[in-house]
Amino acid sequence: MQEVENIVNGQKLFQRPEYKDVLKAKKEFEGGMGAVNPEKVAEVAEWTKSWDYREKNLAREAITVNPAKACQPLGAVMVALGFENTMPYVHGSHGCVAYFRSYFTRHFKEPTPCVSDSMTEDAAVFGGLVNMKDGLKNCAALYKPEQIMVSTTCMAEVIGDDLFAFATAAKEEDGGEHLPEDFPITYAHTPSFVGSHITGYDNMMHGAISQLTEGNKKDTKTDRINIIPGFETYIGSIRSVKNIVESFGADYIMLGDHSDQWDMPAGDYDMFAGGTKLEDAKDCINSKATISLQKYSTVKTMKLVTKRWKQKDSANLNPIGLKGTDEFVMKLAELTGNDVPENLKTERGRLVDAMQDSYPYMHGKKFAIWGDPDFLVGMVSFLLEMGAEPTHVLCHNAPKGWEDEMRAMLDTSPAASECHVWAGKDLWHMRSLLFTEPVDFMIGNSYGKELMRDTGTPLIYIGFPIFDRHHLHRYSISGYDGALNLLTWITNKVLDQLDEETKGIASTDYFFDLVR
Amino acid sequence: MGPEVLEEKQKAAVEEVLKAYPAKAAKNRAKHLGVGTPEDESQKTCGNVRSNKKTVPGVMSQRGCAYAGSKGVVWGPVKDMVHISHGPIGCGQYSRAGRRNYYIGTTGVDTFVTMNFSSDFQEKDIVFGGDKKLAVCFEEIDELFPLNNGITVQSECPIGLIGDDINATSKVYAKKTGNTIVPVNCEGFRGVSQSLGHHIANDTVRDYVFDGNIDTLGEAIEQTEYDVAIIGDYNIGGDAWSSRILLEEMGLRVVAQWSGDATLKEMAATPKVKLNLLHCYRSMNYISRHMEKEYGIPWVEYNFFGPTQTIKSLRKIATFFDESVQKKAEEVIAKYQPMVDAVVNKYKPRLEGKQVMLFVGGLRPRHVIGAYEDLGMEVIGTGYEFAHDDDYKRTKDEIFRSTVIYDDVNEYELEAFVKKLQPDLVASGIKEKYVFQKMGLPYRQMHSWDYSGPYHGYDGFAIFAKDMDLAINSPVWGHSKAPWETEGEA
Repeated sequence: MQEVENIVNGQKLFQRPEYKDVLKAKKEFEGGMGAVNPEKVAEVAEWTKSWDYREKNLAREAITVNPAKACQPLGAVMVALGFENTMPYVHGSHGCVAYFRSYFTRHFKEPTPCVSDSMTEDAAVFGGLVNMKDGLKNCAALYKPEQIMVSTTCMAEVIGDDLFAFATAAKEEDGGEHLPEDFPITYAHTPSFVGSHITGYDNMMHGAISQLTEGNKKDTKTDRINIIPGFETYIGSIRSVKNIVESFGADYIMLGDHSDQWDMPAGDYDMFAGGTKLEDAKDCINSKATISLQKYSTVKTMKLVTKRWKQKDSANLNPIGLKGTDEFVMKLAELTGNDVPENLKTERGRLVDAMQDSYPYMHGKKFAIWGDPDFLVGMVSFLLEMGAEPTHVLCHNAPKGWEDEMRAMLDTSPAASECHVWAGKDLWHMRSLLFTEPVDFMIGNSYGKELMRDTGTPLIYIGFPIFDRHHLHRYSISGYDGALNLLTWITNKVLDQLDEETKGIASTDYFFDLVR
Repeated sequence: MGPEVLEEKQKAAVEEVLKAYPAKAAKNRAKHLGVGTPEDESQKTCGNVRSNKKTVPGVMSQRGCAYAGSKGVVWGPVKDMVHISHGPIGCGQYSRAGRRNYYIGTTGVDTFVTMNFSSDFQEKDIVFGGDKKLAVCFEEIDELFPLNNGITVQSECPIGLIGDDINATSKVYAKKTGNTIVPVNCEGFRGVSQSLGHHIANDTVRDYVFDGNIDTLGEAIEQTEYDVAIIGDYNIGGDAWSSRILLEEMGLRVVAQWSGDATLKEMAATPKVKLNLLHCYRSMNYISRHMEKEYGIPWVEYNFFGPTQTIKSLRKIATFFDESVQKKAEEVIAKYQPMVDAVVNKYKPRLEGKQVMLFVGGLRPRHVIGAYEDLGMEVIGTGYEFAHDDDYKRTKDEIFRSTVIYDDVNEYELEAFVKKLQPDLVASGIKEKYVFQKMGLPYRQMHSWDYSGPYHGYDGFAIFAKDMDLAINSPVWGHSKAPWETEGEA
C-alpha cells in the first residue's frame, strides 16, 4: 500500500512484495511461454543471439520488424510547417494526421498543427471531392493560414484523387469567401507505399516550390542563394547553417525553415511561427543557386532546380562533420565571391582543437549507426574523421546510390574490411548484427533503446525520432559548432561507459581515473 | 462563481466558438457542443450533444482511426501474439509503443507488444495484391519468433481498397499450422473514429478466440465460483495490476485481463468466468454483451478512479457474490481508508477549488471526474474523441454541476473554450499538451498518464493526487512573465 509520505509510481510500486505476489499469481492463468516454461524462453533467447539466427533473420523477404523509417506524408507535413503561416493539410483519413502530429510532438515537445479532410468509407467509394471542398474552406475559415499545403494518405492515393482539380473545384464553390482565387493551395501526391518520409519531403518541396513559382521566372537571376535543409530534425542545425550563410553576408532564402515552428517560446500560443516568407518562396526560382543539405531527401526537387530552373551552380552539400562543413563553407565562398570570414576560421580552429583533445576516446572504437541516408553520410564522415570504426551502418530507407556512396566512404577507413553497409535492413536485423559482430557503441534514435536493453550496447541518442530524452533536438549537429556537439556527446558517453566499467570497488576501480 | 453565472458563461462560450465556422460546418458542430447539467431531465444525452458522426473536414480533430482502435487499443496489448500492421510502413511506426500497455515478458522471444511488425507495402503490393506477401510474413514470423501464440493481421487503409482477401490467406495458414491467425478488417477509413476499430476487433475475438480452437497452452484452468475477468483495462502504466490486487483481496480470482498484459489463453478462458468486470465500456462492451448472450455471463461496469467511485464499485461488484466476498470488500475498503484519508488530507488543501477541463477518449471523460472531485477539484468541461450516445447518457450521472460538453472537439474549439473558461488544469492528450503549456497552463496527459501512473485503484489514486499537485503547484508556471514586463504586457 502507498505511504503518503513516500508515494511512488509504477516503477517502484510494482517492485513491492504485494505486487510481486500479484504478478506471480497471474502467471497461473497466462499462456505465454514465460509462464508455461521459462527455460524454453531462455533457450530461444539464446538462439536469437546466434549466427544461425542471424542468417535466417537476414534472409527475411516479407516481414519487416522494428523499422527505421516512416511514410511519405510525414515528410510533407514537415515541409509545410517550414513555410510562413502555412497549414499542412492531408487529404485522406484523419487517423494518419493524428499519428503525424503525435509523432512530431513527441519528438519536438512542441505543438504540431496539421489538418485532414477526414475521408471515410463513402469517400473511398465516391472519391474525396466533397471532403476537399469542405475541408479547404473550413481550414481557411478557422485557422486563417496564408497557404494550405496538401499532401495525401495512401487511401487517397489508392483511389486516385486528382488534387489540382479538387483544389480548383473547392475555390470555385467557395466563390472567394474563404479561398480567394489567388490563395495558394500547393499540393503533392505522397503515397505511403513508395519510398519513405524523405520521399514525401522531396515530393512536397518539389510541389510547393514549382507551383508557387509558376510564371514568376525573370530573365536575370539575383545574387541570392536558396538553401533547402531537408528532413532536418535538429532545430539547432538550421540555425547553425543560417549563421554560416550570414557570416558570408550572403543574401539567401531558407526554403522550408521550421526552426521557429518547433521551438516556440513560452508565453502565448500562436499556431504558426517563422517559416519561409511566401514572397520569398514565390521568387526562389530567380535565385542564382540552390544548395540542398540533404541530397537523398531532395532528389526530385534538385532536378527541378538544376534542369528546369537552370540554376547551374546548385549543389548538394552535407554540413555534418568537419569535412562536410568545410565543403559547405567553400561553396559559399565560391558563390558569394567572398573570403571565408574570420569567425568561421576561428570556429573551425576551435573544433579541430577539440577533436585533437578528445581523439583517443573515439579512435578505434566500433560503432553501429542507423538513420536517414543523408544523416548517415554526415555522421559516418565525422566518425571517420575521428578515427572511429563504423562497423554497422544501417539505412532502412536507403535510396538508389546510397549504398555505393557509403561503401566508398568506408573504404577509406583502415578498418574498411570490418565496416559493413546494410541498405534496406531494419532494426531486428541490427539486433542480430550486434549479437554476432558486437560494437562498442550505438548511435541512433529512441528505437535503439530495446537494442540497448537486449544487447547491452550503450546507445548515444542522435537521430530521429528521440522520444525519451529531452531537448537534444534543440542543438545543432551541423556546422563547426554542430560537430563540436557531436564530439561532446560521443566522447562523454565513451567516458561515462568507461566509468561504468571501472567503478567496481576493489576490483576495477584502479582505472576509475579522476583525470581523463 | 455561482452555478448560474458559470452556466451562462459556458453557453456563451459555445455560441462564440460556432461563429468562426462557415455555415455548413457551424450547423454540424452546433449539434456536438452543449452545456450539460445534472438535474436537467430533458437532456437525452449530457448537454444534448450528438456523437459518433463523421468529423467535419479540415478541422484539427484529435480523432484516430479504426486501425488505431484495433491495433493500438484492443489487440496490440495482447502480449504473446504478434500483431502485423498490414500495409504501408507508417501506421505501425507511429503507433509503436506509445500507449504504455505494460506487460511482463521477454520482448522478442515470448512477448511482442512494444515491437513493430509491418508488411511494409510497396507499389507492387498495391498493384498486384499483398496476399502472397502476407502468407510469407506468417512463415517468417513463425520461424524467427517460434514462441508466439498466434498472429493478428491489422489491416491498414489500402487492404480493403485493393481487394486483398486476408481472411482467406489467414484461414489457409491457420489450417496448415493449427495456429491462431486472426485477420482484422480494421482499415482506417472504416467508421468515423477509433470506435469502429474497437467493435471490429471485439468481433474478431468472438470469431477467432471464442469460436476458434485454441490449444490450452499449458495446463487448463480449474474453475471456481469467484472467477472474474477484467475487461477494458489496457494496463496503461500498470492500471490493471493496481486494480487486480483489490479484486483479489476481496476474494475474487482474476483469470483474465483484457487486454493489457493479456495472453491469448486468458482471453480464451474468459467465457467460463462468473462475472465480467467492464472498465472501458466504449471499447469492450461488445464482447461483454456477446458473452452475456452466448454464455450467460453477466457484466458490470465499474470505476476505479478515485476512492469514492472505487468504494462504490467494490460494493457493486461484491453484490454479485456471496457474503464472504461482501465482507471482504468492506475489509478492503476499511484497510485502505486511512491511506486515502492521508492522501486527501495532504493534497486537498493544495488543490481545492481548482477547475479542470478534460478531453480524452474511452471512459475517462466521465470516469475521472470523481477522482478530481475527491481532491476538491471541479471539472467544468469534458468531452470524448469517439463516444456514442450511451457514453454521453452515462456522463450525465457523473457531472456535479453545469459542464461544457464537447464531442470530437478540435484544436480550435478546445483552445477557445480554455481561453474563455480559464481552467487551472487541462487534461488531454499529447497533441494538445504543448499548446496549453505554452499558455502557461498546467497540463496532464490523460491517455498515457504523462509517463506516470498507474491511476487505477487506491494505490493509483495516491499517484494521481501527487501528479495533479505536481502539475498545478509546480513553480515553473510562474516563470512565463519576465521581471521587466509590467502588468498587462505579456
